[in-house]
Amino acid sequence: MMDVGRHPNIKLLTYSEVEEVSGYVGNFNVKVRKKARYVDENECNACAECFKVCPVAVPDEFQQGFSSRKAIYMQLPQAVPSSYIIDMEACLGNNPIACGKCLEVCDKKCIDYDMQDEMIDLKVGAIIVATGMDVYDPTELDEYGYRSFENVITSMEFERLICAGGPAQGHFIRPTDEKTPKTIGFIQCVGSRSEKRGNRYCSNICCMNTIKDTVLLNDHYPGIEMKVFYMDIRAFGKAFEDLFRRSKEAGVKYIRGLPGEVREDPKTRDLIVTVENTTTGEVEQHELDMLVLSIGVLPRQDGSGIQKLLTLSRTADGFFMESHPKLKPVDAPTKGVFLAGCAEFPKDVKDSVTQASAAAARAEIILNADKIKVEAITSMVDKEMCTACEICYRACPYKCIEVDRENKIPAQIIEAACAGCGTCGAECPFGAVTMRHFTDDQIIAQIEAILDEDPMEKTVVFACNWCSYQGADFAGISRLQYPPNQRIIRTMCSGRVDEDFVLYAFKLGAPIVLVSGCHFADCHYIDANRWTQKRVEKLWDKLEKMGVRPERLQLEWISAAEGQKFAKVMRELEEMRKKVTKEEVEFTKNALKDLKFKREKRKAKLQADKAKAEKVAV
Amino acid sequence: MADKKNPGKEDDLRIGVFVCECGLNIAGSLDCEEVRKYAETLPDVAVSVLNKYTCADPGQNEIKRYVKEYDLNRVVVSSCTPLMHEPTFRACVADVGLNPYLFEMVNLREHCSWVHLHDRKAATDKAKDMVKIGVARARHLEPQIEKTVPVTKAALVIGGGVAGIQASLDLADSGIQVYLVEKDPSIGGIMAALDKTYPTMDCSI
Repeated sequence: MMDVGRHPNIKLLTYSEVEEVSGYVGNFNVKVRKKARYVDENECNACAECFKVCPVAVPDEFQQGFSSRKAIYMQLPQAVPSSYIIDMEACLGNNPIACGKCLEVCDKKCIDYDMQDEMIDLKVGAIIVATGMDVYDPTELDEYGYRSFENVITSMEFERLICAGGPAQGHFIRPTDEKTPKTIGFIQCVGSRSEKRGNRYCSNICCMNTIKDTVLLNDHYPGIEMKVFYMDIRAFGKAFEDLFRRSKEAGVKYIRGLPGEVREDPKTRDLIVTVENTTTGEVEQHELDMLVLSIGVLPRQDGSGIQKLLTLSRTADGFFMESHPKLKPVDAPTKGVFLAGCAEFPKDVKDSVTQASAAAARAEIILNADKIKVEAITSMVDKEMCTACEICYRACPYKCIEVDRENKIPAQIIEAACAGCGTCGAECPFGAVTMRHFTDDQIIAQIEAILDEDPMEKTVVFACNWCSYQGADFAGISRLQYPPNQRIIRTMCSGRVDEDFVLYAFKLGAPIVLVSGCHFADCHYIDANRWTQKRVEKLWDKLEKMGVRPERLQLEWISAAEGQKFAKVMRELEEMRKKVTKEEVEFTKNALKDLKFKREKRKAKLQADKAKAEKVAV
Repeated sequence: MADKKNPGKEDDLRIGVFVCECGLNIAGSLDCEEVRKYAETLPDVAVSVLNKYTCADPGQNEIKRYVKEYDLNRVVVSSCTPLMHEPTFRACVADVGLNPYLFEMVNLREHCSWVHLHDRKAATDKAKDMVKIGVARARHLEPQIEKTVPVTKAALVIGGGVAGIQASLDLADSGIQVYLVEKDPSIGGIMAALDKTYPTMDCSI
């Protein structure tokens, strides 16, 4: 921690939040809000004179509420930067009648009640997301009595109680009578590995953390009786089994079974734990002085902010999704962004450090290059076809199109900023915009190849590169079986799916068409898939007016982690496909027989205009 | 006329199709040889080849050999997801002078053999169709030039827990300017609230 504060190459921005990110790999522009701490962190020498005079007391979050802090405080004794901060919600303020005491005693004059938030602009080539985790709140598990019985604590509270820098200076005492307990129990998997409450996943660290706690207690208080209630002990890492053995050798009893009930003896405040020991099959009761709930790890509950800023995905569990679970475990799907620590999945200190070093090394590959290649998948405009209507500009999530409607200056793509979603191409009413490597011609050729034989047997599926296509991949990796009738056309974003493509598929006899993309918060092109939704809704109206059942065009949001959902959607589509009659397909084909692509219409118009002009000239 | 191996679409198309068995991952549930034979019948396909593992060196060497021998100007590999090996094959065709964007990939493994494990005929028929769609697209591929952009030699690390601290130090030690942004007044995160950590039983800070 201290090394970070001292390192000449690290600019530390604490009490700060990232508010905006734009740009692309190698060239991100970032806006950070540095919130006012009301104490100049560079001047403050942590003399604590202010702390002594502050009359306010509020619960100390760092000590898990076991003790109190002042309104002017340090988050922890070893804080980096080593500076005080004022909690303005608790502070009585700079009213000489009310308070202002800290200001009076501060020799360095580093307190400023009027300090303002500061906005800082940064330019960076790579971003590492290490936003960490939250912990499970066991309140909902009534049977453990966390909120009812004071001597039931969480494993995070245990850490503060046993710490020399904690509220009891490291004397491990139970809250009700401040005596060192003689018997203590630990309940494992609190909020983890449960289908009903909490989370389904294993939180990875809790078994070893409890084992560590028992060894620590045995070191501090030899003879203390300890019981661990567990499902399985997962001691799989290097040196883990040794520590587990040490705990057992110290006499810790491991009882296989999670308690069904915890009661309190109102007189002694001791806890009576009822558990079915699944090894013996007997129901046992254990009287304990204290009980520690080994709580699980949660994804950051405020993670959606960073997710949107960096267009990341999250797994069904809520942790950030890596680019590939095996081969690119620290790359985020967004180029130039990397993941480290519990933001990606629960892990211990060693694994966090390992992953962080890996993320740093991956970032260095980019940062140590003077120049990098970027994919050539960007939009392009046919200037002649463009009417400068500005619709593409409105649709572009990056606003990387220059166009002047008033002066009829046709659209021009700022290629360095174009991320290549293709929404402009799909929205252009004149077919003037297309995308490199995902051109109209290429996609139309795919549609034709799908439907030139047995069209009635096939479903046309448009899948976006980042979510639904990867969802299909995940269904494959998971060997989820579904009917073989769908044919996938990959586009970078569902925003690329032009109405011409959908109508053309119906014209060629497609019974069912699916447009699929990322969930709204997950779109890799900010909010391009909102345009997909609008477009599909318009198409539903159009189909209905034509007398075509709108249900034949389906819209689904499938994330990269939703292999199950992809397979389910494929099965549902197949049921729908079977119900589509030959007659209605023929009817649709007939209704669309005069379908002309937008670009064809525009070309015809241009030619007609030209002919007219020539005629006038003659 | 443009370079023969990097033509515009008006040029003669010479497409090579490479069907990967992926050991038994693909060949286990569909008839790869039938798919290969079918590919030969598709328009503009000059050669169709079966590989045990197209991504392995022998497979890549075959691609290079056939590109030279048949003067191929489009390559379609029918194997696994492009999200894994598209960069591999793009680099492979670039090695023999083909523009990497003249390469197309058909995802027979994730989207066919693995999801239709128990119906060999249906899986084979679908695979043939998928190759046909891939070839249809390949016929319209155009060479693209990848732009190079300069890199800002600085990194943003979001979060000052143990992971953020380690990443920042590693980057900074290698001479990169790091901005470490932490929401709380101090760095340290959850780690700083722990007393001792396993398996070493030493202090967290």
